[in-house]
Formats: sequence, structure tokens, C-alpha cells
Amino acid sequence: MRERLLCIIRKEFRQALREPRMRSMLFIPPLVQLFVFGFAVNLDVDHATLAWMDGDRSYQSRELLAAFQGSGRFEVVAEPANDREVQQLLDASRADLVVRVLPGFERDLARGRSTSVQVLINGTNSNTASIVSSYASSIITDFASQVMQERNRELLSARQVAAPVSFHVPQLKLQSRVWFNPDLLSRNYFVPGIVVNIIMLITLMLTAMAIVREKEIGTMEQLMVTPIRPIELMLGKTLPFALVGLVDTVLVIIAALLLFHVPFRGSVLLLFFCAVLFLMTSLGAGIFISTISQTQQQAMMTTFLFFQPCFLLSGFAFPVRNMPDSVQYLTYLDPVRYFMEIVRGVFLKGSGVSVLWPQMLALAIFGVVILTLSSLRFRKRLD
Amino acid sequence: MSVRRLMAVTKKELLHIVRDVRSLALALALPLVMLLLFGYALTLDVDRIPTYVYDQDHTPESRELIDQFRGSRYFQLREAINNYKTAERGIDKSAILLSIVVPRYYSRHLLSGDEADVQLLVDGSDSNTASIALGYADAVIESYSAQLRSNAQVRRGGQPMRVPVDPRIRVWYNSDLKSKNFIVPGLIAVTMMIIASMLSSLTIAREWENGTMEQLLSTPVRPGELVLGKLLAYFALGLADMAISIIVGVFIFQVPFRGNAGFLLFTSCLFLFGALSWGIFLSATARTQLMAFQMGMLSSFLPGYLLSGFIYSIHNMPRIIQIVSYIVPARYFVTILNGVFLKGVGYRILWLEVLMLAIYAGLVFWGASRKMRLKVA
Repeated sequence: MRERLLCIIRKEFRQALREPRMRSMLFIPPLVQLFVFGFAVNLDVDHATLAWMDGDRSYQSRELLAAFQGSGRFEVVAEPANDREVQQLLDASRADLVVRVLPGFERDLARGRSTSVQVLINGTNSNTASIVSSYASSIITDFASQVMQERNRELLSARQVAAPVSFHVPQLKLQSRVWFNPDLLSRNYFVPGIVVNIIMLITLMLTAMAIVREKEIGTMEQLMVTPIRPIELMLGKTLPFALVGLVDTVLVIIAALLLFHVPFRGSVLLLFFCAVLFLMTSLGAGIFISTISQTQQQAMMTTFLFFQPCFLLSGFAFPVRNMPDSVQYLTYLDPVRYFMEIVRGVFLKGSGVSVLWPQMLALAIFGVVILTLSSLRFRKRLD
Repeated sequence: MSVRRLMAVTKKELLHIVRDVRSLALALALPLVMLLLFGYALTLDVDRIPTYVYDQDHTPESRELIDQFRGSRYFQLREAINNYKTAERGIDKSAILLSIVVPRYYSRHLLSGDEADVQLLVDGSDSNTASIALGYADAVIESYSAQLRSNAQVRRGGQPMRVPVDPRIRVWYNSDLKSKNFIVPGLIAVTMMIIASMLSSLTIAREWENGTMEQLLSTPVRPGELVLGKLLAYFALGLADMAISIIVGVFIFQVPFRGNAGFLLFTSCLFLFGALSWGIFLSATARTQLMAFQMGMLSSFLPGYLLSGFIYSIHNMPRIIQIVSYIVPARYFVTILNGVFLKGVGYRILWLEVLMLAIYAGLVFWGASRKMRLKVA
């Protein structure tokens, strides 16, 4: 049995690694994916493009502009002169927001009247828009409270001539402490998630395609007449890809740490153990897909249709918490969700078994069930 | 080029597509599944942030402050806790996203006119949610603070002091700030990219792998006809997918459609033609389906998904990646889709994008036919 198993493993390895192009296809795509994902998947808004429309051109309006520029979050890209230019800037997405100071701004401020600053936001990308809007309104509110404090001071000094009064203005200050990711870099959140994506796609796809390929080209019949037992064939087909998956995981984690300087606070061993647990699910699903597909195209489409919802519902980019309640329950059936939580917990929070055991248990159950089901099916197909 | 031979190739390929019922069903189900997920389940909009409250002060003032958070629809106050340990565990287990701590002597500081602190502990691991949550908390505190100040002024018998400047924010194009409104149009580009990378990229590689290419070569079909004929078959499939996406997006998910339908159809055809040509180019290059697929994923699905500005704004990427994104056709198409759906703009604003799509489609089709000719020879 061991001899036959080794035989088929050797054959699979040779098949996978024989062609230099194929060899590179096993290891380069994960790294390219990491690179592209790591740099592209970013929801932070660092430099919003701002169009400044100053109808007042006064000391105060320039102060407000300086407040925007000084925040380091806005980059003034245009100074439109009229509504048509504003329309064009927003239509062509050249500006994320237009800030418009109306004529009489300084005069109103000096007289103690309320005035307003108009902010037009390009809402196409709602995420960027809501972040930009909260930045802009906090800058304007800060500016307002500065103006108010100055005015209070003036009032106070005016009154002090008559009789000194103590002047208390209640002040609230928010002190926030951000844990785990103090600079709020989305990279730190996304890069660990990519590891999950890569390990899943590689193992799922390779397993499904490798088995179906033999069917499609007709070499499966040749394999069937050899004394190899189904279970050996299945193990032989999956073990090489499990190994490739693990090697890719290590490769991607090392690259993630070196390239993106993502914090890694937990235990490597725990992560590796969980990766093995997750591989059972992933390989099992791959085998299952191979048993229900006749051509590689079918295998690929099925894999994709299985992978995509699993991945999207895992909380990788879209937090599970934001989903409707019914869908949140559905995500409990998604093995990727658990692995995603584990990977992020280990990377960012340094969580250990005491926090992550429910997720690990879920992964183990999924793995055993899926692997058993698919090997049962696999055996039947060969008989 | 003969129309008869071309049609023969198209017909053969269509037969392939129709006979493989499952692949066909999957190809049509794919946009539906993606639309359902993105339209219904997946959103970046943050609300109902699970929050713990740790009130060390226990005064009417601190309770009033907490009520400000309770009244906001963005926060969901889970429970009152009485030590930091619980907050820590809550964040560790991701049960909550933030906890509000009102320090002892809060009301004393507030009433004596000193600066009163409110502490916020935030789980920053999901930086996007965390920074939006921080923004909301900031707004709650800021407006409450203004209200307190104005009350204090009134109590002293003076005029209520008005806020000197108030930001009047208007959001254009997507005034409810719903993420589905920009994701659903962008999905059309992504689905087409998937069709291109999974269907058309396999079509010639399959013939090589199964050995049917030699049979095809012995017929009078010319390489250019083979490429165009195969392309046309998948073109029909791509258009069907687009129709599904638009109908479901506009009628079920109520995504606004403000532009010109004819313009959308024309640009979609351009984009689809280019994307499919690229798939066929890959297919002619790779000898096995697995390889063709891997290359398709890397060169069309991944950039289409990530570098097109579909969800992640290109503006925030490092310069080098931004430059790379200029050669991703999906980038231009996503700009067009957002423009047509949300902004209602047309040629006048988007002519450059349309031109780029046309150039891309022409170049890649030429490349694919050339590759095919070389391969055959």
C-alpha cells in the first residue's frame, strides 16, 4: 500500500512540476496575488482631492483653507470659478469634494451671525464619501470652535473692564485609544486575510482540476486498471497539493511580513495547525467538486461559484457584522469565515487557543465531514 | 475572411456552450449570485456598532452623555460593564467594536468648566470600520459639547451662542451613501471579466489539450476566423450576463440609472470584445486549460476586481500600482459604468475612456489573431 501510494504521489509531483511554466504557476500567482491585494485593497482615504471655491477671499476664508491643507488629508486640486466648473469637476471625478465659502463669510463671522460653509461631496464611492465627509465636517467644526473661543475671549476682556467674572465653558474631549492597529492601516487588516484567500484558491482549484483532467483526457481509465485502490489514488492526488498549499502559505506569510510589515503577534505553530485543519476542508471540497464535474471547465466554474460566496461572506472585505441578520446566520456555514477569524486573531490580536477554540472546533468538524463525504463519493465513482 | 466559415465556427462553439448545460447554467448564475451577495448582503456601510459602556461616574451628567450614544442609530449599546477586563475580553472575542468609558469625576470636571474627558477603546483591527466608528463618536461628542456650551451661556442669562460656522454637507450622485449603488454597476465589469477569463480563455486550450485542434486545422477555417468565430459565441453569453446584471440591479436593487442606455450598450460591447479577445489570446498561448485559467485569473479577473476602482479607490494606491492600473481595461469601464449609472454623463465627459477601450479591443484582437496564426504555422 505504501509503495503504491508513493508511486502515485511521485507521479502527481512529476506531473505538477515537470513543466517549468506549470512550476512557476504554482508559486508565482500566490505572490502576485499578495502583492496586488496588499497594495490595492485599501479603504483608507489618505489624500482626498479638494476643489476650493472661495467667494469671500478674506482673511477668515484663507484661514479655513489653511485648516484644510494643514490637516494633511486634503489636496487642493482646483479652484473652480463657477457652478459649471464645479459640475464638471465632480462629473469627471477630478475632485472628491468641493468646499465653497460664500461671499460675506468674514463679515458674518465678525458680526457674530451664523454662517455656513457648503461642502459638495462626490458620493459615487459611498465609503470614500462618508470618510471624506466626516473629515471635512470635523475640520469645519474645529474651525468654528476656534472662532467661538476667540469671540468668548473678546467678550471676556470687554467685560473685565466692568467687573471680573469667572467664565466657565463646559468642554468635552474625546480620547480614543485604538487597539491592535493604532495607525488604522487597512493593510494590517487585509493582508492576513489574503493568506486565507490564496491557500483556499490554490488547493481547491488544483485538486478539482487535477482529478477531472484525468477524466477529460481519458487517463482515468488507465489508472483504474492499475492495482491502485481508490483511497490511495485520492490520497496521492491530494497530498502533493496539500504540500503545495502549505509551502505557499509559508511563502506568502513570509512575504507579507517582509513586504508589508504586518504585525504578527500570535503563535506560528497555532497558525500552522489551523492551516492544516483548514486544508482538510479545502481539499475535501476540491475532491467533492471533482466527483461532480465531467470537464475541467465545469470543475472550474463550480469551484468558482463555490469559492466566491464563501470568500465574500467570510468577512474578508465586508464585515459580517454589517450583513442582514439572516445572512449572518448563513455565514456560520462558511468554513472560510472561521479561518479568517483565526488568521486575523493570530496576526493582529495575538489570540491563542483560549479565545479561538470555537473557531478551531468548527473548522475541525467541517474538515472531517467534508473529507469523509467526498471520499465516500470518490470511491463510488471509481467502482 | 468568409462569413460562412465564420458562422460555422460560431455555431460549433455555441453548440459546445449549449450542450454543456451545467457550465451554461453556472455562467448565467454567476452574475445573479454576485448581484444577490453585493446587493443584499455585503456592505461597507457601518451602523449598529456593538458597544459596551463603562460608567465610572454614575451621575446624571454621565447618564445624559451615554444617552447621546444610545439615541444615535450608529451605536448599539450592548450592556453596562464595570471593569476594563470585560471590555478587553469583549474586544478580544470581537463581541464588541468599541467601549465608551466615562471616567470618575467626569461630572465634576464638566461642571467646574475644566476639560472633561470621555474615553473610547476601539478595536482597530478592521481599520475602515474603526475609523468610520471614530468619526461617528466624534460627531456625537462634538454636537453634545456644543449643546452644553450653549446651555451654559443661556444659564448665565446671555444670548444663546450660535455656532458661528456650520458645515452644510450635500452628497451628490449617491445621496444615501449606499455602497450597493456603486458596487452593483461595477459588478457588470467584474462579471464580464470572469466570463472572459473562465470561458473564452479555455476554449482554444481545450482544443489543444483534447487533440481536436488538429482536426480543426485540417478544415479550411483560417486562424482569424477561428478567433472571431469563437469570440462571437461567448459575446452572446456575455451580453446575456450583462442584461441580467442590469435588469436585476436596476429593478430589484433599485440602483439609479441616470444615463443613456444606448451609450451603455455600445461601451459594454467594446469592453466585452476586448476582454474576450484577451481570453482567447491567453488560450492560444497556454497549452493546458489549467494554465490558461491561472493566467486568466491573474491577468484579467484579479486586476478587474482590484485595480479597476470597483471597490477600492485607485487614488489611494501607491503610484506604481496606479500606473499599472492604466493598462487595465476594467478601470475605464468601471469609470464609464459609474458615470452612466450614477452621474448620468455621456460621451462629452467619458470620451477618453471610450477611446481607450476601443484601442484596447483593437490591439488585443489583432494580437490574438496573430498569435493564433503563428501557433498554427
